[in-house]
Amino acid sequence: MIVRILGEGQLRVDDTATTELNELDAKLEATVERNDESGFRPALEELLGRVRAIGRPVEPGSLEPSELILPAEGATMDEVRQLLSGDGLIPG
Amino acid sequence: MSVMKRVSMMFRAKANKALDRMEDPRETLDYSYQTQLELLQKVRRGVADVATSRKRVELQINQLQQSSDKLDRQARDALGVGREDLARDALTRKAGVQGQLGDLNTQYQSLQAEEEKLTGASQRLQAKVDAFRTRKETIKATYTAAEAQTRINEAFTGISEEMGDVGLAIQRAEDKTAQMQARAGAIDELMASGALDDMVSGPHDDIQAELDRLGAGHDVDAELARMKGELSQGGAPKQIEGTEHADGASAAGAAGAVNDGQPTQASPADQPQAGDGA
Repeated sequence: MIVRILGEGQLRVDDTATTELNELDAKLEATVERNDESGFRPALEELLGRVRAIGRPVEPGSLEPSELILPAEGATMDEVRQLLSGDGLIPG
Repeated sequence: MSVMKRVSMMFRAKANKALDRMEDPRETLDYSYQTQLELLQKVRRGVADVATSRKRVELQINQLQQSSDKLDRQARDALGVGREDLARDALTRKAGVQGQLGDLNTQYQSLQAEEEKLTGASQRLQAKVDAFRTRKETIKATYTAAEAQTRINEAFTGISEEMGDVGLAIQRAEDKTAQMQARAGAIDELMASGALDDMVSGPHDDIQAELDRLGAGHDVDAELARMKGELSQGGAPKQIEGTEHADGASAAGAAGAVNDGQPTQASPADQPQAGDGA
């Protein structure tokens, strides 16, 4: 599957990694839900780090959409909330 | 539902909404391509804006660094002439300048990172836009309208996601640049108003004035001592007279040799030579 890290581009990740990534993602989501600013950053970094470690860059000319999209490195909890609410943060 | 999945759905929803607005598939292709080219322009402008902002901060950092070096030198000079109070003054001002420098350096690095990210985004978008253009021509030439629709949707969704990502990157860079420009503007204003000047070197560079005064006093004392020494030996006036004669003679001799009896042209010819030597 293809995973996009916002601000970095797309990576191809083996489907077998889905369970692992979902677990890390659940941890991240939990920090957003309980408004846990201090837990949020490490959780995001862990998820991004894992995707970078196992992913291979998608060829530049590919037009395939991503199955999963991750917030940019350094994104704030507020920005992630806006991304999730779809309140016009995504331009275009 | 997971964060990753939800964000991805948001992007798709956006693409689908745009697709729904188009009636003719060919219109979708051409319209989207136009939008892509515009976004490419915009992201390139973004890269240039961040670079301009970064260069401005670089200039300010250099200016402040020079001030800091000068204050450091002044502190040493002051200590050299036994004026610890002046040295303390200079070092206090230097600490203030260093504080500003630290702030600026942090922001400089963040702008540099932003510039790199935006450059990368611009390159990725360029590659996708090129791919889209090829795909667009193939679809137009090969497929019937009904077949084309699915392929157009695929290509459109793919590039639309990239465009959303680039759009976000531009927004982030614009925010950072705006913050930075506000800050750079504030420092420029401080410099212009003389407030930062006060911190750097005092309104009239009082530390330097005091050091100059001490330095000048020192020279006068040394010269006085030398003259006293010469007078006590009794030969000083003759020595001065002799030197003057020797200088005059050699100057006249040189002029005569070079110009061969045409003293009016002597000085213009000599001056550039003297300038070159200096």
